[in-house]
Amino acid sequence: MTVRIGVVVFPGSNRDIDAVNALEVAGAQPVMLWHESASLDGVAGVILPGGFAYGDYLRAGVIARFSPVMRSVASFAAGGGLVLGICNGFQVLTEAHLLPGALLRNRGLRFVSREVSIVPERLDTPFTRAIGERRPLRMPVAHGEGCFYADDATLDELQRDGQVLFSYARADGSTADETGDAANPNGSLRAIAGVMNAAGNVAGLMPHPETAVEAILGSADGLGIIRSFVDSAAERAGTGMPVEVGAR
Amino acid sequence: MSTDFRFAVNVTPKAGILDPQGRAVESSLGHLGIEGVSAVRVGRRVELTVAADDAAAARATVERLASELLSNPLIESYVVEEIGAASSIVGAHA
Repeated sequence: MTVRIGVVVFPGSNRDIDAVNALEVAGAQPVMLWHESASLDGVAGVILPGGFAYGDYLRAGVIARFSPVMRSVASFAAGGGLVLGICNGFQVLTEAHLLPGALLRNRGLRFVSREVSIVPERLDTPFTRAIGERRPLRMPVAHGEGCFYADDATLDELQRDGQVLFSYARADGSTADETGDAANPNGSLRAIAGVMNAAGNVAGLMPHPETAVEAILGSADGLGIIRSFVDSAAERAGTGMPVEVGAR
Repeated sequence: MSTDFRFAVNVTPKAGILDPQGRAVESSLGHLGIEGVSAVRVGRRVELTVAADDAAAARATVERLASELLSNPLIESYVVEEIGAASSIVGAHA
């Protein structure tokens, strides 16, 4: 049976259709979840897509946090459900305290819309297991507030516990510098592009794997991430047993 | 009987938090020929009216709002300021 994966639609979401397409390419059945509905419709995983939920008013992601669907997503996550936030979805997850850190205004002040490289720091998580090997993955970024920030103690902890999922990287796969390095598009601390929670079932990243799933889109490097998510959700749905891949 | 209380919440980036907007403003000061201005931090100010039994109750509501919604405690700090009874402010209920 095809696994059903939810895609939350906030007013202002604009990458929801890309997420739907990516899920279809990865062999899942996408289910649109309206922000005003508290029902997750029995899905096996939830994607929070990119966009500008509620106009990014006040702070990116904060108003979305209080929507009925997010209360359900929070309970779903607390019960071990798989949740992936992409770009604005990542911002929503940090604002909802489902992920550590915050996304600040890009260090260069500019909205950045271009292709970047990221490397997976772990290959054994529900979000990265189908990637195969540590290599640079090409995919677009498109955001004005993507500078990952956390205090030093938290950053140390994230790195020590294996919660850093993706780092911005140069073409040769080496990790980008924090400043003055075009490979780090927003000045993210320690070049962190994506993180997961300590339990290993909620993840977010600023780049867009869902718009890099077919050669015709310019890159298919994002498919490994989407496929990892779909496969992991399918396994969980099939066995009724969460696959625990937590912090190291 | 409840009274309307008018508050302002001033939200600013915490000390030590990168503030690219503040830095941009600061770097533009030279063009104005202004000297001696430093440590520019850009935040936001939210004004609101709360109906409550007394000022303390109204302030408690604002504090909750400020910490849960108007600011992100990880990166921002806030100051709540009472700016008088709403009835004296023209357009407060507009």
